[in-house]
Amino acid sequence: MDPVALARAQFAFTIGYHILWPTLTIGLACFITLLSGLWWRTGRVLYRDLMQFWLKIFALAFGMGVITGVVISYEVGTNWAGFSRSVSNVIGPLFMYETLTAFFLEAGFIGIVLFGQGRVSRGAHFFACCMVSGGTLLSATWIIASNSFMQTPSGAVADAQGIFHTVSWWNVIFSPSFPYRLAHMVCASLITGAFVVAGVSAFHMWRRHYVEANRLAFSMAMWLALILVPLQIFIGDLHGRNTLEYQPTKLAAMEGLWDTTRGPAMTVIAWPDMQAAKNLYAIEIPHLASLYLTHSWDGEVQGLKAVPASERPNVPIVFFAFRIMVGIGLILLATAITGAVLRWRGRLYQTRWFQFLTMATTPLGFLAVLAGWTTTEAGRQPWVVYGQLRTADAVSPVTANAVTLSLVGFIVIYHLLLLSFLWFAGRVAIRGPRPSGPASGTGDREIERLHPGMDRASATLVGGPLVQPTVGAPLSPALSLDNPHGA
Amino acid sequence: MLAHLNEIHVLFAAAVAFCVTVYVLADGFDLGVGILFLIAPREADRDLMMATVEPVWDGNETWLVMGGTLLLATFPAGYYVLLPAFYLPIIFMLFALIFRGIAFEFRLQTIEFRWVWDIAFSAGSIVATLCQGFVLGGLIGGVNVQDGMFAGGTFDFVTLLGLACGAGLLGGYALLGAGWLIWKTDGATQVFAREVAHAALILTAAMMALVSAWSAWSVPEVAARWFAWPNIAFLAPVPLVTIGVLTMIWRGIWTGGETRTFLGAIAVFLLGFLGLVISLFPYVVPRHVTVWDGIADPQALLFVGVGVAVILPIVLAYQAHAYWVFRGKARVHHGYGGEDHSTGSARQPAE
Repeated sequence: MDPVALARAQFAFTIGYHILWPTLTIGLACFITLLSGLWWRTGRVLYRDLMQFWLKIFALAFGMGVITGVVISYEVGTNWAGFSRSVSNVIGPLFMYETLTAFFLEAGFIGIVLFGQGRVSRGAHFFACCMVSGGTLLSATWIIASNSFMQTPSGAVADAQGIFHTVSWWNVIFSPSFPYRLAHMVCASLITGAFVVAGVSAFHMWRRHYVEANRLAFSMAMWLALILVPLQIFIGDLHGRNTLEYQPTKLAAMEGLWDTTRGPAMTVIAWPDMQAAKNLYAIEIPHLASLYLTHSWDGEVQGLKAVPASERPNVPIVFFAFRIMVGIGLILLATAITGAVLRWRGRLYQTRWFQFLTMATTPLGFLAVLAGWTTTEAGRQPWVVYGQLRTADAVSPVTANAVTLSLVGFIVIYHLLLLSFLWFAGRVAIRGPRPSGPASGTGDREIERLHPGMDRASATLVGGPLVQPTVGAPLSPALSLDNPHGA
Repeated sequence: MLAHLNEIHVLFAAAVAFCVTVYVLADGFDLGVGILFLIAPREADRDLMMATVEPVWDGNETWLVMGGTLLLATFPAGYYVLLPAFYLPIIFMLFALIFRGIAFEFRLQTIEFRWVWDIAFSAGSIVATLCQGFVLGGLIGGVNVQDGMFAGGTFDFVTLLGLACGAGLLGGYALLGAGWLIWKTDGATQVFAREVAHAALILTAAMMALVSAWSAWSVPEVAARWFAWPNIAFLAPVPLVTIGVLTMIWRGIWTGGETRTFLGAIAVFLLGFLGLVISLFPYVVPRHVTVWDGIADPQALLFVGVGVAVILPIVLAYQAHAYWVFRGKARVHHGYGGEDHSTGSARQPAE
């Protein structure tokens, strides 16, 4: 197989797999920070119980994010030496700043977030939560800045040897697509997190487990979804118009538009045939694309044929990935609005079919994120730095066999990990949040069940051992059904 | 050579070297704990060993990413030539780090399959260390470069020198890990750490001697560095001091203070690193790219330099704080029902 295709397959697989975890941890870190802050200010035990439950899932996802992220930082060198050579002066410092400002911050405070309750004050725990969620957002900022430079390069010029030199760091970081891409990704992470929280809470409401806490979480998630999903669609529209201006070929592939057209129709669905350079079996709505792309009835939109075939991306991949993302966005919008209607009618917590619906939407955010990244990354091809550096010139001088070997290794290992994660996190999720009672200290039990070995330090800090958990505490879901909150 | 010593270049090289050193020392002891993991006689020892590193391993490993990204930002040639050159050892190191890293989370989620994650943690630590050894051996031996890009074969990294470096790092990390355990544990686990420290020390000393002799014999450029007059007069103390430190550790494992083995092992690593710098300076890619012709653009260096100068001290401060929070002897939490953690049957599974 072609070494470039292999290297692309490997990077697409490893980074596609990696992006799942930051998506979840950005969303959950913000949710946990909110819960920690509410627990600190109000002292309502419900907030602490929810926080402790979601921290367990967060801890597992954070671990997955760290280990799959370390891979990426080295893969850029092992598999993409040509890219590293060309853009090191531009991308290198951005990666370095990501490590320096984000990874260290997360690593430095994750210990306190996970193990620190009962050892530091509530306010200090909230501060640590802010540092970790701030770290996840900073990490997203730097890496989106790097990616946006690759999509819409600015602030740097390439010399005769193809080496980029920075002229203005401001323009490198704030490249034309950066603000839209960052807002789109952060919003996507929060929405994904919101629907995970909604789905898991709906499951526990459905089985009437600790209903009080799960209703609270469900309500918060549905409020967030109601605000963020329409906002995301608005940001997506701005992002699309930015793509129309700076990456017209990608946008043409997203729309399945071959000829430069005035007042183009929206292609709802079709099979884009790259050989014939036309759409087969197309269903179109006249002028609609013109309306949402140019905000006018007869706006001109550049088609794929404006560039030679060698400079076009793989149109079907971009075309369908974009439709999957938008389709999921519309499903989530319908879900959020349905939730609002039910809330208005006072039936948000009692409507059983809606509980099943929200359970079914749990994985959709992840699929939309994968589809969205596929759209933007596959749509950038055949360029790695849009219009300036071809992907084919960016690979490493390593043999196809070595890349094949590592690709197979990644596929096997990552699937094993994903199964283990789903098994362990699934068990935690099914067990659900547990009422800890008002007594301070006992609520830390759940965290210590996950992370034994932390008591020594706690003993030195708070001056005594933590409360020992009771033997035979109700651990199984069945036993906890009869708890007083479960009515 | 000294005539064109440009301070800025050396300063950035020192920053990269600093990050790599912190990585080797910090992740070294937690890799070392992993190397010793399966040798430990009781499950209780393993629980305690893991508890000593659990709060800090993530921060430790971040230095690996820091070293890599700083190299890319300041001496890109080192990044885009060396990483493809050591493709397989680096990929396998990443595989190994994946297993040992996730074992921290998954091991505590299960009782009946805990042994799987025990093996994942230990094997991951051992394989990662051996891979780092092959990279180190390849650095000393030099890589094949043409037109500024790696031009060698996939298996060029497989050398006896690399294997010896891997064995030496296994010993060295195990020694660091044992020293860490002597410091952070007590009772039976500490006794185990003291016992195993002897073997680790012997392996470290033997492999340091072998690697030094081998590279002097098989890599003429390194030999020229060491044995040319007057270098030899200045450099002779390095091996002598190393022998002194090794002897001091040997004599103090049972009788010395609890931090002595750990601090001694750090000193051994620093001396080894000094020897490496003497052998390889000023090369980023040995015998091909120096710190002078491999450095990034001035505007990239300025941007990076400000960040490193301002933020790195803050990072070091809160990392030190994290170590301070978890100071003292580590304890396994009796979180599974109040029974002694060594009686596994009394524990309730963590569902």
